[in-house]
Amino acid sequence: MSHLLDRLNFLEPKAVETFADGHGQVTRESRDWEDTYRNRWRHDKIVRSTHGVNCTGSCSWKIYVKSGIVTWETQQTDYPRTRPDLPNHEPRGCARGASYSWYLYSANRVKHPLVRGRLMKTWRRLRETKSPIEAWTAIQEDPLLRADYVKARGKGGFVRASWDEATEIVAAANAYTVRRYGPDRIFGFSPIPAMSMISYAAGSRYLSLLGGVCMSFYDWYCDLPPSSPMTWGEQTDVPESADWYNAGYLILWGSNVPQTRTPDAHFYTEARYRGAKSAVICPDYSEAAKFGDVWLNVKQGTDAALGMAFGHVILREFHLDRQAEYFEEYCRRFTDMPMLVRLDRRDGRLTPGRFLRAADIDGALGQTNNPEWKTLVWDRLSGGLAAPNGSIGFRWGEKGAWNLEEQADGKPIEPVMSFILDEDRDDVAGVDFPYFGGAATEFFATGDKRPDVLTRNVPVKRVRLADGEEALVATVFDLLCANYGLDRGLGGEWVAASYDEDVPGTPAWAEKITGVPADKIIHVAREFASNAEKTRGKSMVIIGAAMNHWYHMDMNYRAVINMLAMCGCVGQSGGGWAHYVGQEKLRPQTGWLPVAFALDWGRPPRQMNSTSAFYAHTDQWRYETVRADELLSPTAPEGDWNASLIDFNIRAERMGWLPSAPQLRTNPLEVGRAAREAGKTAAEYVAEKLSSGELEMSCEDPDAPENWPRNLFVWRSNLLGSSGKGHEYFLRHLLGADHSVLGAETANRPVEARWREKAPEGKLDLLVCIDFRMSTTAVYADIVLPTASWYEKNDLNTSDMHPFIHPLQAAVDPAYESRSDWEIFKSIARKFQQVAPEILGKETDVVAVPLLHDTPAELAQDEVRDWKKGECPLIPGKTAPNFVAVERDYGAVYDRFVALGPLLDKLGNGGKGIGWKTEEEVEALRALNGEWETGPAAGRPRIETDIDACEAVLMLAPETNGHVAVKAWAALSENTGRDHTHLARPKEEEKIRFRDIAAQPRKIISSPTWSGLESEHVCYNAGYTNVHELIPWRTLTGRQQLYQDHLWMRAFGEGFVSYRPPVDLKTVTDAVREAGDALVLNFITPHQKWGIHSTYSDNLLMLTLNRGGPVIWISETDARKAGIADNDWVELYNANGALTARAVVSQRIREGTTFMYHAQEKIVNTPGSQRTGRRGGIHNSVTRAVPKPTHMIGGYAQQSWGFNYYGTVGANRDEFVVVRRMDKVDWLDRPIGSKEAAQ
Amino acid sequence: MHHFLFGIYPYIALTVMIVGSIARYDRDPFTWKSSSSQLLRRRQLVVGSILFHVGVLVIFFGHLIGLLTPIAVFEALGISHGAKQILAVVAGGVAGVMALAGGGMLMHRRWTDPRIRATSSVMDMLILALLLAQLVLGIGTIFVSLQHLDGEEMVRFMAWAQGIFTFDAAAADHIADAALVFKLHLFLGLTIFLLFPFTRLVHILSGLAAPVRFALRSGYQIVRTRRQARARAGAGR
Repeated sequence: MSHLLDRLNFLEPKAVETFADGHGQVTRESRDWEDTYRNRWRHDKIVRSTHGVNCTGSCSWKIYVKSGIVTWETQQTDYPRTRPDLPNHEPRGCARGASYSWYLYSANRVKHPLVRGRLMKTWRRLRETKSPIEAWTAIQEDPLLRADYVKARGKGGFVRASWDEATEIVAAANAYTVRRYGPDRIFGFSPIPAMSMISYAAGSRYLSLLGGVCMSFYDWYCDLPPSSPMTWGEQTDVPESADWYNAGYLILWGSNVPQTRTPDAHFYTEARYRGAKSAVICPDYSEAAKFGDVWLNVKQGTDAALGMAFGHVILREFHLDRQAEYFEEYCRRFTDMPMLVRLDRRDGRLTPGRFLRAADIDGALGQTNNPEWKTLVWDRLSGGLAAPNGSIGFRWGEKGAWNLEEQADGKPIEPVMSFILDEDRDDVAGVDFPYFGGAATEFFATGDKRPDVLTRNVPVKRVRLADGEEALVATVFDLLCANYGLDRGLGGEWVAASYDEDVPGTPAWAEKITGVPADKIIHVAREFASNAEKTRGKSMVIIGAAMNHWYHMDMNYRAVINMLAMCGCVGQSGGGWAHYVGQEKLRPQTGWLPVAFALDWGRPPRQMNSTSAFYAHTDQWRYETVRADELLSPTAPEGDWNASLIDFNIRAERMGWLPSAPQLRTNPLEVGRAAREAGKTAAEYVAEKLSSGELEMSCEDPDAPENWPRNLFVWRSNLLGSSGKGHEYFLRHLLGADHSVLGAETANRPVEARWREKAPEGKLDLLVCIDFRMSTTAVYADIVLPTASWYEKNDLNTSDMHPFIHPLQAAVDPAYESRSDWEIFKSIARKFQQVAPEILGKETDVVAVPLLHDTPAELAQDEVRDWKKGECPLIPGKTAPNFVAVERDYGAVYDRFVALGPLLDKLGNGGKGIGWKTEEEVEALRALNGEWETGPAAGRPRIETDIDACEAVLMLAPETNGHVAVKAWAALSENTGRDHTHLARPKEEEKIRFRDIAAQPRKIISSPTWSGLESEHVCYNAGYTNVHELIPWRTLTGRQQLYQDHLWMRAFGEGFVSYRPPVDLKTVTDAVREAGDALVLNFITPHQKWGIHSTYSDNLLMLTLNRGGPVIWISETDARKAGIADNDWVELYNANGALTARAVVSQRIREGTTFMYHAQEKIVNTPGSQRTGRRGGIHNSVTRAVPKPTHMIGGYAQQSWGFNYYGTVGANRDEFVVVRRMDKVDWLDRPIGSKEAAQ
Repeated sequence: MHHFLFGIYPYIALTVMIVGSIARYDRDPFTWKSSSSQLLRRRQLVVGSILFHVGVLVIFFGHLIGLLTPIAVFEALGISHGAKQILAVVAGGVAGVMALAGGGMLMHRRWTDPRIRATSSVMDMLILALLLAQLVLGIGTIFVSLQHLDGEEMVRFMAWAQGIFTFDAAAADHIADAALVFKLHLFLGLTIFLLFPFTRLVHILSGLAAPVRFALRSGYQIVRTRRQARARAGAGR
């Protein structure tokens, strides 16, 4: 009744009883207040969903709904159990995830479609008299009308639009672009499908039906470690976090597990309780550092030197002075260490050359199929050369011998790892290795005066070649030992017998470079290896992207990978390479691909590597400061290496190594029509016209208006506020907006790319941003479409950290006028289908396809030849990209979007080089989802709703459909000649549906798409099936490949691992630096503690926990030098631009370094920069992407391009910035002038 | 006017205080709190708060006893009005200066600390300002009192206060000739009563009770009976 009256109970006895000798008392006071708390937890419903964020958490959450409003979320605790000896996964989740529901009703939410006001005004005026296509044409063909809205990007001025009107503009722009320039001028950028697969697929399906370009993300983010495809032929495959618990020794190297893998960190703690030892290697005193038995605070950017020293100790103590039996056997069977490498002689000097191949030998050792792709070993049993099973030549064109059995030609062999014994070797030869240690810039310099070529003695054998010549060959193992500077009693220079000698490779040498004491290096290396020996490989390295963001990331990573290979850790439970970056593991990948890229209607899709695309289209190449000769090895073979970085990219595109977007200067629809009229196939026609010069590749002239990207969709991404390396160049050239680029264009003109005197500004006709919040990208867009948040849509989510598949579910309907991504792209497709027939019908599109990994094209080029230079004829799919005709029906885009097309029945499904028939699954989907009765897709299964789409993915994927898994393993078994179906048979009848995962997260089924198993006996661990099922790695040698023999790898000095100091980006120049600004720091951008992973830093709850806006971290010493106190406003600038932030002065940070947490939005609490007079930027305002030629290699086994698998990556850690205190903080908050208002 | 301010206004103020407090306690129990800002900044609070609270409590009980104790009691105890006035002036003066110093610190803190300022309501600022003004006025009355140390004026205030509580319609007449500073002090005091339920001052009611209850508790571990049990017991009665 009344709280007060209820308490007026003086007459009632209060104490009912006492207990505990009168110390305890039972009372009868009112408990009504408890109802408040009980009602707080009384909800209308609780729905399972998760966060579609790229944080790898993939945590199951309860979403509480009350009166149609999401009140909050808490962690789900109903994960399936693990095994009895293993801790469980839950609870998963962190404070950042728990803060997410704030977004749903926050002021940042985009509530209805928004269109840039000036564009809308023109559009409405023109639409009074014109059709949508005519109206868009009129705007684009009038430079004044176009510039009117393009120049206003980033300056506010949005007006509210209806869905009908907004989608009409988008559809008209797309149709116009397809007709005028070609569908490959429509770009779409969306990252990490695993975080919300259907949302991703919605956009990519629409784009693929048009023939538009889907842009990669993993490489662009620089989370892709190219060292992984180089070594394993695999994009990235890693152990799940539960497998940490099985490790005996854990190195955390540049990975801050408690901060960035919060929901998984408990496995690390539990492993420590179990008794695992741990070393933590990072330059700052991170949260992870506190977990370690030892903390090695390596100088950032020098990790490769540390890794070399570890390897030096391991080789010395476990391979040379004593041969650990397990290591020897593992390395012989599962690495390329016994493979033979030819030593090339030039001017009397020897360098490691190509792997010796069967084709090099007279009679090719009886190999008739792909002998040039079969690498050789010296067989002790036969006392001669042998071509062991499993090299990539066995993968294509024959069946049954692509496996890791120690056999050649069906006979057992015993490969020799080393020719060190007198009876095994024919000679000892001095071999040249490049040394880059002396080329360090000031911050990294150690006064190293060694020559840039080190000659070391290697035991060799003489081999007679097919052409009658005699060649010297050495095993990879012997070369590797020389490369690590180990004295093996062969004499000669640059090798060390003791760890104290300062010779490249030794701990003493590494101490000078890395700052880590040699005794600690020796200690950790010994413990790591000795644990691996005792446990058969249970030593693990958990590694973050930190080391991978350096320009020479491959050296850092390969130094680590080599350690793991030497100790037999890869593919063993509790061991191996645990590289955690984004949520790249899309577990039901092969089920998702057809839905996402509309492979059910047309193949191949157009896919592009974003780093090269953005490098070209944001004109960052025009500002390039790094020259090829600064990267080239002193031992480089002869070749045309004197070119700009973009030139190497253009050559790569031309030779079919990398994809192109746009592809040809001419509209591919015109090319398709011309080919048809000429009565030729697309490939024949394009080959002929490219050779004659009548057709040109777009990459050769990126600034020509025909070659600009014209429309760009950005969804599920904050491209401009987060991952856009070279942010200011994006603003200047791609968008034509205000920018803060401070540097000048390069004086080194490229030789392949056409240089236009004036760089274009404002290439995009239309930028469409689809988001639920007003992000930095949204404020620069022309059209912003409001999308459903993670609690408002149905979708799928997986991670590499655990084996479960999660749903996202609509706990409530999309708020305001928002729609799910699936519905948004349906709306656009429907509109497109209405407006496009005015100018588009059924068309033949010609798609350029690079030489793809996991297809026979990966055997295209065992030698580098450029058709344009006349070194070979242009053969599509062999010496150049293939050109494939694809039929488009622009009048049926929507009808196709919502139906599963016929190609699945006809061509089947598959992935990673294997294929299987899938009619049964299509039939089952027809029964489950229903079929269309009329229209262009009559008779096809429906995928109308987002749940329909989820069901399609789950039905087609081996990971969620046991029957498909068995088919997939059977298909692989044919290649390897070994039966693998036993891995999925027990789960054959298991089929996971959307409602199943809505009830509880489900563990996926083992599939050959991945190299690990999900079973009752082991945790998921990468490489497990390679080691335990003898399935080869998808590399040239079929083994873990520590030596890379491609011409460009050798030319750029990366055949073997070595320490390469960070490159000089020359961005702090005298021209840019203002007088008196003395503090120059290395600029590092690790992941947030107070933001939702890499994207959301405008969340008020998170902002409240830190400083409420952008911050940088700086050491006390540096702060003192520049007169900076904690919380002062500072600005950071260099040639690329400027940013403003508050300073966090902390002992955590190493001198000479500044940290800026990734992706702090410039829309929150960011004042103007004094240096530029414009608003301070984001972390990428001071960076610029610099591609690396070795990442452009293609058509060469594992070094072949694949979407998000290989290719150029957006490195950004080698950057330096000027840091200074801001005397005056200007918020630039003033009314616009009358002139601006009038416009 | 005088009759309204000191004859009727006291009833309005006291009624609003009592009814308002009950209503607030019933309708919005979660707003019944002292709204301490200690979490936001500790510095200056500890000293300021202790000075202020000790001073104010002394003054409060001084006023309570001094004004509402029947005159006959003092006479029976043989305390002269003059002696009582001296006591009141000395004790009240010391406590008043303490409270004023403490309150000044609290005020300074509330105005200058940006975080506390941002989280303060208008009423938080107002009530603190009023309390300080009341303290200044109260100390101001000392100077008037010192001019006639016979204690007669104080007797008139006692008569007025006791008249209010005994529903004496002529209570206001007792203080018709009091000095202006006394009248202002009285009026402001009544206004503070009036505002009481709308401010954080409500914590006085619970704040005085809680420590006492805690001190007098009989057990160290308190277990509340189950509600069902109580309901059943009630039904059975």
